[in-house]
Amino acid sequence: MRNTFADTFYEAGKRDKRLAVVVADISPAGSIQKFREDFPDRFVNTGVSEQIMIGMCAGMALRGLQPFAYTIATFTLFRPFEFVRDDLCYQNLPVTVVGIGGGVTYSTLGGTHHAMEDVAVAAAIPNMTVIAPCDPAETRAATLWCAGQTRGPVYLRLGKAGEPDFTSKAPEPWEFGKLRYLKRGKDVCILTYGPIMKVAAGLAERFEKAGKTVSVVSVHTLKPLDRDGIADALKNHGQVVVIEEMVPRGSLAGQVKEIAWDRRARCRLDTFTLQDRFIHNYGSHQDLLAAHGLDLTSISVALGLA
Amino acid sequence: MSSKERTLDLAGARRRCLFYRRRILDISQQVTALHVAPAFSCLEMVDLICHVLMRPDPQHTNPRRFLDSFIMSKGHGCLAQYVILEDLGILAKTDLDRYCTPAGQLGAHPDYGVPGIEASTGSLGHGLGIATGMAYAEKLKGSDHRTYVMLSDGEFQEGSTWEAMMMAANLKLTNLIAFMDLNDFGGLARMSEGHPAFYPVLDKARAFGWEAAEVNGHDAQAVFEAVMNRSGRQPFLLVGRTVKGKGVSFMEHVNIWHYRSPSKEEYQKALAELAEVVA
Repeated sequence: MRNTFADTFYEAGKRDKRLAVVVADISPAGSIQKFREDFPDRFVNTGVSEQIMIGMCAGMALRGLQPFAYTIATFTLFRPFEFVRDDLCYQNLPVTVVGIGGGVTYSTLGGTHHAMEDVAVAAAIPNMTVIAPCDPAETRAATLWCAGQTRGPVYLRLGKAGEPDFTSKAPEPWEFGKLRYLKRGKDVCILTYGPIMKVAAGLAERFEKAGKTVSVVSVHTLKPLDRDGIADALKNHGQVVVIEEMVPRGSLAGQVKEIAWDRRARCRLDTFTLQDRFIHNYGSHQDLLAAHGLDLTSISVALGLA
Repeated sequence: MSSKERTLDLAGARRRCLFYRRRILDISQQVTALHVAPAFSCLEMVDLICHVLMRPDPQHTNPRRFLDSFIMSKGHGCLAQYVILEDLGILAKTDLDRYCTPAGQLGAHPDYGVPGIEASTGSLGHGLGIATGMAYAEKLKGSDHRTYVMLSDGEFQEGSTWEAMMMAANLKLTNLIAFMDLNDFGGLARMSEGHPAFYPVLDKARAFGWEAAEVNGHDAQAVFEAVMNRSGRQPFLLVGRTVKGKGVSFMEHVNIWHYRSPSKEEYQKALAELAEVVA
């Protein structure tokens, strides 16, 4: 995802001179390095200074540029939170705040580097749009959308590197603000977003082995949420499962439950999120998800599939 | 950056500031207008920025617009900016008459989207970062646009201001001109008592890569000359030593006027003093 973002940003930035990136001491991977070399004026490194990273983006947007703030998710969003809120959201400026490594992606770096609550925090701010693509192809589509949009600030939540492709065979394209069915079934619908799509895909296989037909949905735009799309998913399936790498408060899971209640949904509904606690475990991303009960095995057991 | 570029009508500046102080006091009698004293401390500098330093856009004379930008980072001093914007015809008299009321558009802190207001400020330590981004964007465009920003000394207690100080110098933003309203008061106490390490101020600004000068912030001539005589090779900070509540004897150096509005009697007394100044 990180490299796809960088490649896409490079392409877009080559065409559009308004695009600039402000980073806070993160080593520019892939094409961001190339962007830095080819367009040095539009690549600013503030160093370990996240408040000015956001503040500068606001000022640049006020003078007609289309800036992206780019570093590890905890440092684009949490560290300079009030700057994101006041400078970007209150003034409603078209700045994209890119958070690399949403969730517990940085699994060996400890809780200080885990963006477990980022979606809730970002979505809580008025005017903020929240997008979390599930694979490199969605990252490309979302990045292009962010580069061209004028509606206001966006939190673009990315994974890190090595995410597989989930969407190349999807029957429909990525569309801002709409649920995206990667496949359609009748019995079970799995709603998810971000790199944990991998677990959703594995779960779909297990449901299918158990004789069910399964829909797998990328809920890539978390705000504004496609509430009607979710209501339809609840209506058209016997069972809905939400899987997300985010804490329970402010989650997609909670919103799906709200919609289910409001629309008098009759399906079975199971939700799986990160736990509402800091876990002092280290290991692979997979290990951290398992510690939160958010791995394929734990979810399968909970759903009676193992 | 020769002073020949522009001239200062010192008597005119004095007349305007006297009028602005009286106008601010008027507003304080319509609603409980906060922050009279911090507006008084920076008034001469804001007047200079808006009337002398910022270049009017010849394409937009009514209402007036500028080729340069100004951010009132110390948003709690915005009454100083409002009365000037009113005088320039950018805000209507009704705007100030409706200050802090549901019928109006002006609050106790400046808001982006209001005519003449280029950024929402009030939370301290935001303005210099935004100004840095603006100045950088203009530099990228190759324009000769300048960005002026009015900061409080309190804002220099915010780490974000120092992040911006470093970045503006690193980016060689010669088109960025900042003013510090050094009135030595926060909301609670004197800065020199709470943060004696803040002083001397000029050395710190220079150590962060800025050109800096310090003058009496109420002496418009001195401020003007310092700004005009800058080398233009670095971002520039003018430290203006000021008096909180300047112009009204019972407000000067008395920190309660950071928040308080004058009673009817105090208002009359203040007006009388300001009338004496003009005589």
